[in-house]
Amino acid sequence: MTEPMVSFENVTKRYGTLTVLDNLNLTIGRGEKVAIIGPSGSGKTTVLRMLMTLETIDGGVIRVEGEPLTHMERGGKLVPADQAHIRKVRAKIGMVFQSFNLFPHMTALQNCIEAPMKVLGLSREKAEARAMDLLDMVGMANRRDYYPSQLSGGQQQRVAIARALAMRPKVMLFDEVTSALDPELVGEVLQVIRKLGAEHDLTMLMVTHQMGFAKEFADRVCFFHSGRICEEGEPQAFFTNPQNERSRQFLRAVLEAG
Amino acid sequence: MGLRGLAGLLALTIATIWYLSGLEDYRIFVPGLAQGAAMTVQITAAAAVLAVTAALVAALLKLYGPAPLRWLAVTYIEIFRGTSALVQLFWLYFVLPVFGITLEAYTAAVIGIGLNIGAYGAEVVRGAIVAVPRGQWEATVALNMSRAQALRRIILPQAFAAMIPPWGNLFIELLKTTALVSMITLGDLAFRAQQMNQTTMKTVQIFTLVLLIYLAMSLVITIAMRLLERRAGRGILRARAA
Repeated sequence: MTEPMVSFENVTKRYGTLTVLDNLNLTIGRGEKVAIIGPSGSGKTTVLRMLMTLETIDGGVIRVEGEPLTHMERGGKLVPADQAHIRKVRAKIGMVFQSFNLFPHMTALQNCIEAPMKVLGLSREKAEARAMDLLDMVGMANRRDYYPSQLSGGQQQRVAIARALAMRPKVMLFDEVTSALDPELVGEVLQVIRKLGAEHDLTMLMVTHQMGFAKEFADRVCFFHSGRICEEGEPQAFFTNPQNERSRQFLRAVLEAG
Repeated sequence: MGLRGLAGLLALTIATIWYLSGLEDYRIFVPGLAQGAAMTVQITAAAAVLAVTAALVAALLKLYGPAPLRWLAVTYIEIFRGTSALVQLFWLYFVLPVFGITLEAYTAAVIGIGLNIGAYGAEVVRGAIVAVPRGQWEATVALNMSRAQALRRIILPQAFAAMIPPWGNLFIELLKTTALVSMITLGDLAFRAQQMNQTTMKTVQIFTLVLLIYLAMSLVITIAMRLLERRAGRGILRARAA
């Protein structure tokens, strides 16, 4: 078997006395598209945030292509990693946020070339060429000189996707990327993600409330409840015939609301 | 008041100074006060540069510095905010020589006033940095930027826009504080006024002119800061209005 792209090994996360994730074990293959669903407070966003190193972990190890993310091996032992090691491993991961988090003082194009130039050391010409390809892909090439405040939520989110892709990550994390959008703007963002899904090499992890999209798009669905994976499986089976009582309750509640 | 109103007020103030300078009773004071005003402007400008630098360094150290430097920054801020500017000037000019460090009056004035305003400014800078939404930091992590890159390119430019109005207040405060330098023998505007008042007793004429000159200077500061605010606000201020 080829090496997994990402693996969580007995990962635990606590906030004070509250255990958000309890001994999580999750392995994601190269190019796999995984949807993470579950009620709020189930720890699903924390999974993405830990992988992006936005949260520390209290136990266990996260590996990216076999390499520990926030640890490094020294004398056969795992010790907390230094900043250089974290940045090296983190380079493989990109993230899109619920609230876009575009840089408001930069235009769409500037947002997309900033990190490629400063972090990857690309020349302006190369960075702009790469950014324009991506802005074109997300349908925002004609808005390159607009500031985020001049764009709709859906447009901002599409620029944010282009910005993340400009770093050429191997794993893309999508954290409820349509939750802050007006309903009529959800479709255009999902359309872009669908397009991305066609790239077989890109591993994608998404936390989502769009059950229809998860069902159609994902290779695997993980249902989180109280900091654990309650049920996981192939989407068709999961959505039509959930095995776990909690999954059934959750799906029933979502269907009634939607 | 809008920019236009401020510009009008400045024009009116300058016109009044101009008119009064032509009057018999006022004319004799003009050269002396002009010299004093030049000194005031010079000290204000130099101290402003020092204040901004000190504020930026102190704020960054207080936020992100290693423990000893953080304490140093906090100590600086508390000492210069917590004691009177006049006492600080006396200390620099009259006390330091006792320990073998002699400063020229002008140097002591710039350092004293610059560091005094810088201590207030440090809190302004810190507040503006902390007010940048957390999501902006998170985006820089997701793009694998270093902390220094994030600060310089993403966080500070956004904080900068939020700092400008409070810095406008501080610069005006700074301008007024320069009146204290007359106590360490410097011939600024306030000093010249007192000197001429003692010899001529023309209190009304002298202090009317001095008041108007200070007002004109502070209006220039206010207008400059408004213009700066307008430029720096591109993108960001629109986002807040939306």
